[in-house]
Amino acid sequence: MGVLMTVDLMAFARAVASGDIRVIDLTQTLSQEFPTIVLPPELGQCAPFRMEEVSRYDERGPAWYWNNVSLGEHTGTHFDAPIHWISGKDLPNNAVDTINVAQFIAPAVVIDCSKECAADPDFALTIPFVEQWEARHGEIEPRSWVLLRTDWSKHAYTDYAGLRDDGAHTPGPEPAVVKWFVEQRDVHGFGTETIGTDFGQGQHFNPPYPAHFFMHGKGRFGLQCLTNLDLLPPKGAIIIAAPLKIKQGSGSPLRVLALVAGGNV
Amino acid sequence: MTEPLVRPRRKNPLKRTRLPLRPQGVRSRAAHGLTAAAAEGRFALQVCLDCNTVIYPPRDACPSCLSARLPFRDVARGGTLVAETTVRTTTDPYFRERTPWRVGTVKLDAGPVVVAHLHGDAVEGGRVRLELKLDKSGSAVAIALPEKDTENMADDRYLREMTCDPKFRRVLITDGRTTVGQAMAQAFSDAGAAIVFVGLADPWKPFPGMAGLRKIERVEIVPLDVTDSESVTELAEQNGARIDIVVNTAEHVRAGGVVDRHGLTIAREEIDVRYLGLLRLAQAFGPILRSRGADGVNSAAAFVNLLSVHALMNWPAYGSYSATEAACLSAAQCMRAELRPGGVKVVNVFFGPLETEWFQTVPPPKVTLAVLANAVVRALQHGLEDVFVGDVAEDIRQRLAVNPKALEREMAN
Amino acid sequence: MQRKSYEGAVACLPVTIPYRRYSTNSAQWWLGRALHELIKRAGLRLKDIDGFAVSSFTVGPDTAVGLTQHFGLSPRWLDHIPLGGASGIVALRRAARAVQAGDADIVACVAGDTNHVDSFRKMLSTFSRFAQDAVYPYGSGGANASFALITKHYMNSYGAKREDFAKICIAQRDNAMSIPHAMMKKKLTLDEYMSARPIADPIHLFDCVMPCAGAEAFVVCREDVAKSLNLPSVRILSTIERHNAFPNDPMQIRGGWELDIDELWSMAALRPKDVDFVQTYDDYPVISMMQFEDLGFCPKGAGPDFVRSHTLTNDGTFPHNTSGGQLSVGQAGAAGGFLGLVEAMRQLTSQPLGSQVPNANACLVSGFGMINYDRGLSSCAAVLARAA
Repeated sequence: MGVLMTVDLMAFARAVASGDIRVIDLTQTLSQEFPTIVLPPELGQCAPFRMEEVSRYDERGPAWYWNNVSLGEHTGTHFDAPIHWISGKDLPNNAVDTINVAQFIAPAVVIDCSKECAADPDFALTIPFVEQWEARHGEIEPRSWVLLRTDWSKHAYTDYAGLRDDGAHTPGPEPAVVKWFVEQRDVHGFGTETIGTDFGQGQHFNPPYPAHFFMHGKGRFGLQCLTNLDLLPPKGAIIIAAPLKIKQGSGSPLRVLALVAGGNV
Repeated sequence: MTEPLVRPRRKNPLKRTRLPLRPQGVRSRAAHGLTAAAAEGRFALQVCLDCNTVIYPPRDACPSCLSARLPFRDVARGGTLVAETTVRTTTDPYFRERTPWRVGTVKLDAGPVVVAHLHGDAVEGGRVRLELKLDKSGSAVAIALPEKDTENMADDRYLREMTCDPKFRRVLITDGRTTVGQAMAQAFSDAGAAIVFVGLADPWKPFPGMAGLRKIERVEIVPLDVTDSESVTELAEQNGARIDIVVNTAEHVRAGGVVDRHGLTIAREEIDVRYLGLLRLAQAFGPILRSRGADGVNSAAAFVNLLSVHALMNWPAYGSYSATEAACLSAAQCMRAELRPGGVKVVNVFFGPLETEWFQTVPPPKVTLAVLANAVVRALQHGLEDVFVGDVAEDIRQRLAVNPKALEREMAN
Repeated sequence: MQRKSYEGAVACLPVTIPYRRYSTNSAQWWLGRALHELIKRAGLRLKDIDGFAVSSFTVGPDTAVGLTQHFGLSPRWLDHIPLGGASGIVALRRAARAVQAGDADIVACVAGDTNHVDSFRKMLSTFSRFAQDAVYPYGSGGANASFALITKHYMNSYGAKREDFAKICIAQRDNAMSIPHAMMKKKLTLDEYMSARPIADPIHLFDCVMPCAGAEAFVVCREDVAKSLNLPSVRILSTIERHNAFPNDPMQIRGGWELDIDELWSMAALRPKDVDFVQTYDDYPVISMMQFEDLGFCPKGAGPDFVRSHTLTNDGTFPHNTSGGQLSVGQAGAAGGFLGLVEAMRQLTSQPLGSQVPNANACLVSGFGMINYDRGLSSCAAVLARAA
C-alpha cells in the first residue's frame, strides 16, 4: 500500500483553461483527400475516408445537418494496437477495447531528424543517431512514446505518400533501433508523421516492417500521420491518445493531443 | 452538299438557354421493333414468316396473308426517293422550332414505302439508303441518306440531331488512371472533341500513363474521384455546364465468386466504384445534362456506360464483378428514362474480357483498348444506344436471345 | 349480281349550322344544334327520329350510342361513321338501304366538330396507329405534309402546275362569295395564290382548308314520307364506296373511284357529261383534280388539261364545288364530308345559300378521306337527281 498522495486535478484543469498547460493538436483532419496506405492491388486495401451527407437542413432532415462516414481502422491519424500485427496476435489485452485505458496517457520524447529527411526521403533512424540525441537530452525514460519528427506532415498531399514505381520512399527506423527501443528502453510506443510507423521501403528489411513487428510483438503501440511535432519539446510533453473502443479492434483513427507546460504565448 | 459544321463560339452568358423539346415518341408495341433495331444500328423490318412479305408500317397481321408471325429481320436498306416535301408550318412545338424540315417517300427495294426524314444530300428521284435512328424522343425514325457517302455527311443538321457526335463537343472521361481511360481520351481527341476532360483521383498515387495523358491534344486533367460524393459534386458544379458527353471509365475488375471469394471489402469497393460511382455521376451531372439537351451545336448529348456483357448473364469466375455490373445496367436503364426529357442518350457499351491487367489469365478473344475506344466513339457518331463490342459480347448476346438458361449453365463451365 | 337501285329512298332537309373559326362549345353542342334544326324545320318530334348516323372527330369519348342518351333519341337503327371526308355519302347509302328495307323510317344523318385552340394539334398526333408510328414523328406536318408529297408526285408525273391548282381554288372562292358563313369571303387572285405562305412544299396557304367548328345534316326517308312532311327531296341514282384501293401503288395517284366508276354511271344510267355540276372532296386541289380523272370526266393524267380547258364557276362550263367547297367555306372536321352532299341537295331543290347553278337537275357528289398512313384510304361517290 504506500502513502496516499493527494493530486490536485482541479489545478490541472485550471492550468489547461488558463493556458499554463498548452494543448497541442497532433491530428490531421479526416478528409477525402488524405492519402492512405497502399498495398499491392491483389491484397485487401485500407478504406479511405468518405462522407455521405444524411441531411443538411433540407427535405431529408429540416432542422439538422449530419453525415454518415466510412473509413478504416487505419485511416488518417490513427493508433495501432498489438493485435494489428501477427507478432502480437496472442498477447493479452492486445485490442483497442481491451488495452488498459491508463495506457492512453503517457509522456513522449520527440527525436528531430527533419533536416536529414529534407535532404533524403530514405533516411533511416539508427541506434547511433538516437544515442547522439540522448547525449544532448538525456536517456529516454521507460514507458515513453518515441515520436519521430521528420516534418513530413508539412509536405503537400501529392508528395506525402512518397510513392514511386518501386513503392514508398519515406523515412523510418531500422530494425536494430526498434529492437533496441523495446529491449533497452522499454518504450511505450512509436509514433511518426508518415503513413505507417515503418520505413517506406520497410518490406526489404529483415524482419520486414520492424516497427510493427517488434513493437506489437512486445505489446507496444503505434501512432501515425501525426502533425505539429515541431511544436513539442524534446522531452516533457504528455500524449493523450485514446482510440475508439471498437470490438477487437486492431486500431482506430483518433484525436492525439499533447499537453505541454509553459506560459501563454 | 452538306455545309461543314463550324466550331461554336463561346456561349453568351446573358442569353437564356433553349429548353429541350421532343418529337412525339408514342409508338405501338410492334413499332418498337424498330426502336430495338435503331438502338443497335441495324436496319430491320417485319418479314412475314409465312409468305416472306416485307412489311411497313409495323403491324400485327400480314397484309398479304394475315399471318401473325412477323419477326423483325435485317433487310436491304436501298431504295428510291420518290417524292419530297419541306415542312414549313407545324403545330408541334419541337418541329416548329426546327423548320424547314424535309421529309420524303422512299420506295424500298425490299418492297414497302417508307415516309422518312431526308439527309440534306438525298435528292428526289435519286437512290438512297435508309437508316433507323433514335430521335430525341428515344423512339426510332427512318432517315434517308444518299446512297454513297458525301462530304461532311455527319454534319447534316438532321443527322446531328439524332446522333451524339463528339465533334466540337466537350467530353468527360471519368477516370484517366486506367489504360481504358487513356485510350478513350486519345480516341475522343482524334474524333474532334473540343475539350477532353480527364478525371483523376488520388493525385498522390503515380501511374505509368500520366505523362502520355498530358500529351494528348485538348486534354484537361481535372480532379475526380467517383467514390467521393464531394469530389463528383464539385466537378459538376464547376464544369458541368460545359460537359456535353460523360464517359464513365471508372472500373473495378476482380476475379472471384459470391460464395468462394472470402470477405466483403472487395465487394464494397466494387459497389462503391461502379454502382455508387455511377449514382454519384448521375446525380451530379444528370440534371445539367438534361437541361442542356437543346443547347446548340455542342448541346449535352450522352452519358456512356462501359459495362461488362456479364451484366446480362453472370460469369461465376468473375461473379461478384458480374453482379455489380448488373446493378449498373439496371441503374442505366433508369437513367435512360430520367434523362430522356432532355433528349440525352444513355449509351450502354457491352464487352467481354478486355486486354487489361485484371483479365490477364483469361484466354482470347479479348477486346483491345483501341477497339473499345473506337466502338464508343462510333456509337456516339451513329447515335446508338446498345452496343456489343467484340466476339465474346456478340456471342453472349446471341445465346441470350435464344436460350438464357442454357447460357447460364455455359457461363458456369 | 346486279346491284339494287335506290328506288323509294330520298334525301331531304339540308341543314348547315354556320361555321365559326374557334368554339369553346363541345362537338355534342354542335351536333345537337344540327339535330335541333332538322326537327324544327321538318316539324318533327324527337321520337319520330328512328334512325341516327353520326360522324365527328371531336365527340370523344362519346360515340353514336352515347349521343342517343345525350339527345333523347331512341332509334332502332344506329351508325357511327368515322370516315372523315367520305362520311356523308357513306351515311347516305347506308341510311337509304335501311329505309328501303323498312329497318328505319326517318334517319337523321349528322356530322359536326368543334374546334378548340388545340383541337387540330391533338387530332393530328392521335389520328391513327400508322400516323402515330410512321408519319407524325416525321416533321409533324400533318395531312398538309402528306398531301404535299402526293401533290409533288402528281406534279412530277403529269406536269400539273401550281397555276392549275390555283384555277380550282380561285373558282371555288368565286362560288363562295355569297355564302354567309364562309371562312374565306374575299376574292382570290392568282397573284395572292402564287405568293401565299408556303406550308409544306409545294403546298401553300390557299391549298389548305381552314379548320373550324360547325355542323351539317340531312334526313333520309321514303319518298312518300318526305312528301307528307312537305319536304323537297333528292333522288339517289347510284352510289359507290371503296377503302384501301390500290395498296400496291407506291404513291397515291388515283382514288378507289377508278375501280368502281363504271358501275356508278351504269347504275345511274347516265354519262359524265349528263350531270349539271360536280361536288368533289377538296381537302387539297390535287385531290379534286384526281377526282376529275377517276370519276370519268377525263383520262388519268389529263387533269391539268381538263382544268385549263374548262371554267369551274357556277356559271361556267363545269360548275364545281358550287358553295366554294371546304377550301373557301372551311372544314368543320367531319362536317367536311357532308358539305358537298348538303350543298348538292340545296342546288337540286333550288334553295341554294349562294348562287344557283342553272338547270341543276343531276349531279355527282364525291367523298374521300382518312389518310391513315401515306394516302387517303376511303373514296365514295353518288349520282343524285332532282325529285320528279
